[in-house]
Amino acid sequence: MTSLILIIISGVLVNNLVMSQFLGICPFLGISKKTETAFGMGMAVTFVMVLASVITYLIRAYLLLPFNLEYMQTIAFILVIAVLVQTVEIVLKKVSRSLYQALGVYLPLITTNCAVLGVAISNTTAVEGGYNLIQSAVNGLAGALGFTLALVAFAAIREKLAMNDLPKWMDGFPGALIAAGLMAVAFQGFAGLI
Amino acid sequence: MKQKKSIGTVFKNGIFAENPTFRLVLGMCPTLAVSTAVFQGLGMGLATTFVLVFSNFVIALLRNIIPDKVRIPAFIVVIATFVTIVDLMLKAFIPSLSESLGIFIPLIVVNCIIFARAESFASKNSVLLSITDGLGMGLGFTLGISLLSACRELLGNGTLLGIQVMPESFQPMAIALRPPGGFIMLGILLIIINAAGKAIAKRKVMKAKEAEL
Repeated sequence: MTSLILIIISGVLVNNLVMSQFLGICPFLGISKKTETAFGMGMAVTFVMVLASVITYLIRAYLLLPFNLEYMQTIAFILVIAVLVQTVEIVLKKVSRSLYQALGVYLPLITTNCAVLGVAISNTTAVEGGYNLIQSAVNGLAGALGFTLALVAFAAIREKLAMNDLPKWMDGFPGALIAAGLMAVAFQGFAGLI
Repeated sequence: MKQKKSIGTVFKNGIFAENPTFRLVLGMCPTLAVSTAVFQGLGMGLATTFVLVFSNFVIALLRNIIPDKVRIPAFIVVIATFVTIVDLMLKAFIPSLSESLGIFIPLIVVNCIIFARAESFASKNSVLLSITDGLGMGLGFTLGISLLSACRELLGNGTLLGIQVMPESFQPMAIALRPPGGFIMLGILLIIINAAGKAIAKRKVMKAKEAEL
């Protein structure tokens, strides 16, 4: 149990995907102009990341390892994630219209979100022999929550920034990157937590 | 195609006009994550270039065979194949680099530059042009990531490629090597490059006006 709590704290705060591991920077910079869309993206990532952690664990444990196919890991994982994203999109469309409207637009973007593949791979390398099923799922959840936290907080900062009179040379990406850098300084403060 | 693209312009396009790091702002994850030392940045850039050239080559070859509906999974398989090749080769021949780049080698698969070039260039152009585009874009990316890592290594460690450059009295700024340093340094580089780009464009306009007179 303590190990699970440690995984959560580490995933959300200390080893935050965006702020200290540099995973998922593209959506972090691209979809952070409004808090609402940032939250939608965060939820979609959470959904996919937990599912992907579980499924890639199963694939690795029951398909890749027994047949000595570890070198196929990258191809297998990325295909599974691509298929998973498509399936989730189709299922959501049929089952829950409202949920599809909330998350649907973000789903196609998730295939190339390196955070999902990053978490799936780090599940296998984090400890000797990789996390077990429950730890993988929790690690996926924690990583996704950390991603959502960073994304929503950053979107809130950018909403405020948009109101301000920034010098012209700071407009757009340079300003956003420097704001993200200052936010990363704050996340560095969690480093001593565990 | 109406406009004939020459190999030279396609090649230069990737390095200058559409530099992936500074102009398109694509592939930021590896750019920020591994740019703490020039050796790592250069290695990452060249590994990405390799994948980019070969995936562009294969996708351009297959561009008329792959059905439109399944093109995305097909691209992913091609790209992942070459990433696996790079991964295994680095592990075998340069294990130290493979270790320091770690998870970011397999993550070349989801580097947006490679996918963007496959989708927007290689699937529409001839094989030769696609290889050139892959090479130009890859070298542009290598240039961007090496420049950023040079700045970070110089300020954070006082060295370049592991060789001491700064005088003894220089106090290394540890923050340049930490994640915040990566974000801020890239922001500053973008400001400088945008300003330079604008100055060059202005000069071109002035010259054109002078030529008119």
